[in-house]
Amino acid sequence: MSKGSPISPSLMATKSAGAPKAPERADRTADHAAVVADLAAVSPVLGPNTVVPPTVMSGSQAIVRSLEELGVDDIFGLPGGAILPTYDPLMASSMNHVLVRHEQGAGHAAQGYAMVTGRVGVCIATSGPGATNLVTAIMDAHMDSVPLVAITGQVSSSVIGTDAFQEADIVGITMPITKHSFLVTDPNDIPHVMAEAFHLASTGRPGPVLVDVAKDAQVGQMTFSWPPKVDLPGYRPVTRGHNKQVREAAKLIAAASKPVLYVGGGVVKAHASAELMALAEATGAPVVTTLMAKGAFPDSHPQHMGMPGMHGTVSAVTALQQSDLLITLGARFDDRVTGVLKSFAPHAKIIHADIDPAEISKNRTADVPIVGSVKEIIPELTEAVRTQFEAVGTPDTTTWWAFLNNLKETYPLGWTEPEDGLSAPQRVIERIGALTGPEGVYVAGVGQHQMWAAQFIKYERPHAWLNSGGAGTMGYAVPAAMGAKVGNPDRVVWAIDGDGCFQMTNQELATCAINKIPIKVAVINNSSLGMVRQWQTLFYEGRYSNTDLNTGHDTVRIPDFVKLADAYGCASFRCERDEDIDATIQKALEINDRPVVIDFVVSPNSMVWPMVPAGVSNDQIQFARNMTPDWEEED
Amino acid sequence: MTRHTLSVLVEDKPGVLTRVASLFARRAFNINSLAVGPTEVPGISRMTVVVDADGDLIEQVTKQLNKLINVIKIVELTPESSVQRDHILVKVRADAATRLQVTQAADLFRASVVDVSTDSVVIEATGHPEKLTALLSVLEPFGIREIVQSGTLAVGRGSRSMSDRALRSA
Repeated sequence: MSKGSPISPSLMATKSAGAPKAPERADRTADHAAVVADLAAVSPVLGPNTVVPPTVMSGSQAIVRSLEELGVDDIFGLPGGAILPTYDPLMASSMNHVLVRHEQGAGHAAQGYAMVTGRVGVCIATSGPGATNLVTAIMDAHMDSVPLVAITGQVSSSVIGTDAFQEADIVGITMPITKHSFLVTDPNDIPHVMAEAFHLASTGRPGPVLVDVAKDAQVGQMTFSWPPKVDLPGYRPVTRGHNKQVREAAKLIAAASKPVLYVGGGVVKAHASAELMALAEATGAPVVTTLMAKGAFPDSHPQHMGMPGMHGTVSAVTALQQSDLLITLGARFDDRVTGVLKSFAPHAKIIHADIDPAEISKNRTADVPIVGSVKEIIPELTEAVRTQFEAVGTPDTTTWWAFLNNLKETYPLGWTEPEDGLSAPQRVIERIGALTGPEGVYVAGVGQHQMWAAQFIKYERPHAWLNSGGAGTMGYAVPAAMGAKVGNPDRVVWAIDGDGCFQMTNQELATCAINKIPIKVAVINNSSLGMVRQWQTLFYEGRYSNTDLNTGHDTVRIPDFVKLADAYGCASFRCERDEDIDATIQKALEINDRPVVIDFVVSPNSMVWPMVPAGVSNDQIQFARNMTPDWEEED
Repeated sequence: MTRHTLSVLVEDKPGVLTRVASLFARRAFNINSLAVGPTEVPGISRMTVVVDADGDLIEQVTKQLNKLINVIKIVELTPESSVQRDHILVKVRADAATRLQVTQAADLFRASVVDVSTDSVVIEATGHPEKLTALLSVLEPFGIREIVQSGTLAVGRGSRSMSDRALRSA
């Protein structure tokens, strides 16, 4: 008998708990059988699984046909030599291909599309520089678990490895930033590789999958049939949470006096907002939604404490710090949430539900780990909590709520008016949210404006807030908003961008104008790399090294965003005074036949508050410069 | 830091070794040795990875490895429940005066001489890494010219096979 200990995702998770005994091997097979049964009911091949009898065609026709069979409607891309064969049959396809101006834009657009629709976003590029231009977007999708399939052309298999023209080892380059990748050199592999790529991207923890297709595989003849066989023996995502773990979690919830629901982007990805609402109301626990989870739980709900983390609300940050039980759902204890890890939520026990077993106990050891989809775990947990409350009584959280409500009232989000007479950027963003409403989609770049957009727009529904959370990619907003608008053509889509970010990817305005994708772009123009400038103000004695962009008030205005937008065929406005903010936003809301760009000239001196400075405990949160809440008074 | 031996069944696909190796590099895990070869099942290879890591880290290593799509199964083989062997080829200085002493030392370790020249011999030995270290320390005074050592190979004791179950559930 081999005494080697088996290591499986579900088992490892249980192992770390210590208390509940790990299920033995047989159990795992049973679990697996359940998953297999689920999969049998739902084919691993996306799309309607229309049966296509064997048909001879070229590899490139097979790529296009596979995409059609997989149910793809929209693709973002830009052709080049090594992908040329595939662009020919694409012209005859009913799928909508959006020709971007830079491959990075195709990648972010596919992300934006995926984030609002929940479907797999698709982008296409050629070999070499075309493929490497996708790298930032692929990495962004990897960090934020966005279902993305990137198709790249590759030089012919006979010259791979010879440093041929536009050859890059894109499979190698993207290996650490993809969920998986394929290099296709035989056209007969195309249908099953495409089906596997979409299956991998969209199931389990979603993520980017790269399919690199050699030119000869596109040109060569093959026999196409559908649906193909998906053969991924090493891929068995667990979706159902372990019952016993769920019951253990319910026991902890019933015993806690300071519980907090720590909700992450996984709840949005799993479309589990309704389930979360039921759990929140059953437990009566306060809810914090991370940057990636804004909208997973309505901001207006009385149990909502706001966003935790470096720029979170005092109430959310403090709720986590003082909690005795974190009910963690699809969140990953990111450093921007925890601050200095060893001082994070020091008194809390941890329930951690996540579809990725590797996230559990990665940063913070879980007391009760639950591997599975929050879509399935949350309803079971709600049920278990109800049963437990009936058995042992509902825990008394009155003191906890009194403390938190007091914090929420004492330290609401707000801003101070700039002393230079320029508009407060927070007001601009707040007004955009207020005038557009919760049905809009808001896509931010990265920096101060991103934090203000997370803070001052009220999110009432999931999939309304898009940003680059893990990667922090400047330039995300315009192309991602473009993709979001293609995915949600009937919604108002705002890119809330900074003057720095906007200059990284604004060429996609051409794509938007020509393809009639009428996004609205609010450039929060503080004439600088604002977040870096804020850190220079706070931590580098105001030495503004290389953060002045000269785009704003009293500068040379290079570029002039109004002229630039005009050149791109967009409606464009400049707004420099508080009294013009509402009217300008209204004008933008009334234009729906072309993109709109508004240059909101704002103060460079506004800062994002609250803030937990880097390298200190979350207890050191400042609600304004050098102002830390007085805990004694609160306790 | 404790030493762990992981036996990893992987699909025999291009790039799988790179995926495993780059995962270790990216996550700053420390590989002590790595051996790759075919198994009794066509299309499936086995990697034997020896890692230096503490409890929490080895858990993270195996979880991250499990995330690789081409990884089918991972089992940790403990020293008690498995047979672990390294293979070594050592080129030692040995002229007419010392050759006998060198070959006698090799005999004591059940190692064999696989090449002889006027001033050196090549000794081949198989055994637990500790035994090979002992052999090397005995040969050291004669003058070691070259060492070529394999990664550790390990197999669980008893009749059970790791691939049975892996294939059944695959």
